[in-house]
Parts: sequence; C-alpha cells; structure tokens
Amino acid sequence: MADPVIETQELHKSFKGNEALSGLNLNVPAGSIFGFLGRNGAGKTTTIKLLMGFLKPDGGNARVFGLAATDAAASVEIRRRVGFVSEEKDLYPYMTVEQIIRFTQSFFPKWRDDLDRRYLKLFDLPESRKISDLSKGMRSKLMLLLAISHGAELLILDEPAEGLDPVAVEDALRELVALAAAEGTTIFFSSHHLEEVEQIADHVCIIDHGAAIVTGSLDDLKAQYQRLRIVLGEDLRAPIHWVDGADQVRQEGRTVDILASRNVDAIVNQARSLPGASVERFPVTLKEIFLEHARRN
Amino acid sequence: MILFRLNPSSGVPIYLQLMEQIKHAVETGALRAGDQLPTIRKLSEDLVLNPNTVVRAYRELQHEGIIELRHGSGAFISESVAGHTRVTRKARTIVQSALERLMSLSLTEDEARRLFENELAQLRTETNSEGGKNG
Repeated sequence: MADPVIETQELHKSFKGNEALSGLNLNVPAGSIFGFLGRNGAGKTTTIKLLMGFLKPDGGNARVFGLAATDAAASVEIRRRVGFVSEEKDLYPYMTVEQIIRFTQSFFPKWRDDLDRRYLKLFDLPESRKISDLSKGMRSKLMLLLAISHGAELLILDEPAEGLDPVAVEDALRELVALAAAEGTTIFFSSHHLEEVEQIADHVCIIDHGAAIVTGSLDDLKAQYQRLRIVLGEDLRAPIHWVDGADQVRQEGRTVDILASRNVDAIVNQARSLPGASVERFPVTLKEIFLEHARRN
Repeated sequence: MILFRLNPSSGVPIYLQLMEQIKHAVETGALRAGDQLPTIRKLSEDLVLNPNTVVRAYRELQHEGIIELRHGSGAFISESVAGHTRVTRKARTIVQSALERLMSLSLTEDEARRLFENELAQLRTETNSEGGKNG
C-alpha cells in the first residue's frame, strides 16, 4: 500500500478534563476513500480539527502529507492542499453564492472553474442568493462545491452529507466517487451513517470514546468477521470454551450462534470436533460490527 | 449495459458481488466472449461505487480468466469463456438429474436448497482449512 496521506499516533486531546481523544491511531492510504465512523461525540470532529491545525493535541502526532499538523508553518501548507468541509458549514453569511466562490477561488491556484460551474448546476444552487438565506442542505452542497473545486489531492469532509435529502446524498456520493476515479483524490470523510460509508468507502475506522476500535479495509473486515450457526448433535449442558475470536456467543438448546471477529476457521474446526455438530457460516454486515463494538464499550 | 444490482449493506464484499454478477451474466449468455465491459470510471460512477472496488473485481476476474484487461482500451469478456459456457451447460444437466432424484424422495424445494448449501459450506470450510490463511 502507498504511503499514508494522513497518519496519527496516540493522539490525545481533552477539553476541561473531558477526554475527547484517548490515543487515536489512524492510517489513511493514498487514493483511498476512507470512512471515519462514530457516534455523535465519539471524537470525529476533534480529530479533523487537529488534522487541519485548528486545535493542538495534548499528546501524540498527526501528519498530513507527511507534514506535522502541530507545526504552524506546515499547517498552512496542509490547509492549502486540502479541500475541507467543516462540521459547522460556516461561511461568510453576507456573501452571495457567487461571491464566496470567487473569494475562495482567489486563495487556491489550482482552482477548477469547470468543477465549480458543474456543481452549481448539479446542486441547483442559486448564484445570487446570500449565504444567510440558504437552507442547511444548500449550505452543505455549497461547502462540498468549494471543497471539490479546489483541485485538491485530499478532501477532508466532516459530515459532508448532513442535511441533504436522499437524492442529494446520492448525487454527492456519485461526485466523490467520480472525483476519486478521475483524479485519484484521497477522500477522508466522517459520518454516522453506515450506509454512506459502506457504499463508497474502501477503508474504514470506527472511533468510539476517542480511540479507534475497528480499522482496516472494508473487504478485509467483511472477510474477517463471520457469523456462525452451529447445531450440536446433542444438548450439551456444560458451557463450551470457544477459541479466541468467538466474541459473542448465544446458545439456545442445541443451537449456538457466534459472532466471530477472527480465527473463524479455528472456531469452525472446534465446532466440527463436537459430536454430530453441523456448522453454517454467514456474512456479517458493517452494522453488526459497529453495534457489537459500540455495545461492548 | 447489463444492470448490476449491488447491496453495499450486505456482509458480502462489494467486489465479490460484482464478480458474481459478471460471472452470472456470462453463464446466462447476457455477456459473451469479446463483449466489452464498462470502464472502471463509468462503472464506479453509474453504480456509485469506489473505483478501487471495481479495479479489484476486474483484476480478480482477469486472474480467473473470465475477462481480459487490454491496456488503454478496457475490459473484455475473454474468448476462453466460450468453453466454460459448455462446461456450465454440462454441469447443469448433472444438477438437474440430482434434483429430480431428490424430488422423488419427496424433499421440498427448501430442504433441497439447504442440503446443497450445507454441503457447499462444508466443502468451503475444508478447502479453507487445508489451504491455510490467504492474504
């Protein structure tokens, strides 16, 4: 895999004694669409603010393009090279759509006029309307337009699809995918919507209480996790001590239901060694993985 | 273009779903030897899929000899699938006769399907444990 575009090690951040990040490790490969998943308050926005240099960590490292996000000069360089959508979708309220586009464009030499025209049309944004008069959904679209038209090699998007209706979400996802396919842009986006992440991400990190609890390629995670249904030959009263990796075990009579996070083959072999047992394997969805870990914490 | 129906929320990796559907299209004759598949960019935009997912599906299909990737001109169903289609046709008659015999034991459709799937699962677990870990 190529060099990471974003990398954090043991990132810590507290606000007034409340720990927002408790040792976050992230590794975002170049060219990936990376879904940063977590419940509200899990630490997603704090992480993004640290990456953009809007906040300083209490401990640990954060690097974007190999540059230290904690260094003031490097941070300017990072912001110049990143297309960014903030959680607040805060824009100058007195400017019109047209004005904010021209204003933002003036900062970025690689600005893509073709893209800003295209998205104005696609997202149906009224050029002469003031930002203060835009709906939340329109503001989200406008921020996405500004981030994409940058011509940036990396997009960092904090809840980019927030406030969009399902049709607009699909449009936005399609544009992100098209951008990745055409330009090889790396896209790092946070979301608490599993469907958005599952649809376009090839890598995910699930963050909870400020630390990564699951991270990796989505295909690998789906291969690694499996649900097993075992029907035992006879009613075994004594509890079975399953091999490591059998995270969640439910037994009812002769039927055992296991959610395995690893060592699936070893667990299957163990089940087979029980007299008369039959085993079925089922795929596990990201939702099940997410819920399993969220409950455990 | 044939319509692919993918379910991103299923536990099955999307590249595998895509591979299955292309194979199915070849088996049913919807795609024939020499037919061109959409470019990676087109397919990823049409289906709103990660382009890396399409790349992976195409690469694995190439590895299995089902498609050929020609540099600069895209992906094509390989000529060798014509032979494979003959094999599939032969296999179909085997499955048909096995099914007829099962039905003569008055098995229901569901029972027959479960038996078949169990045996497949069994086989897969055996090959998995023999082959050790991949990747």
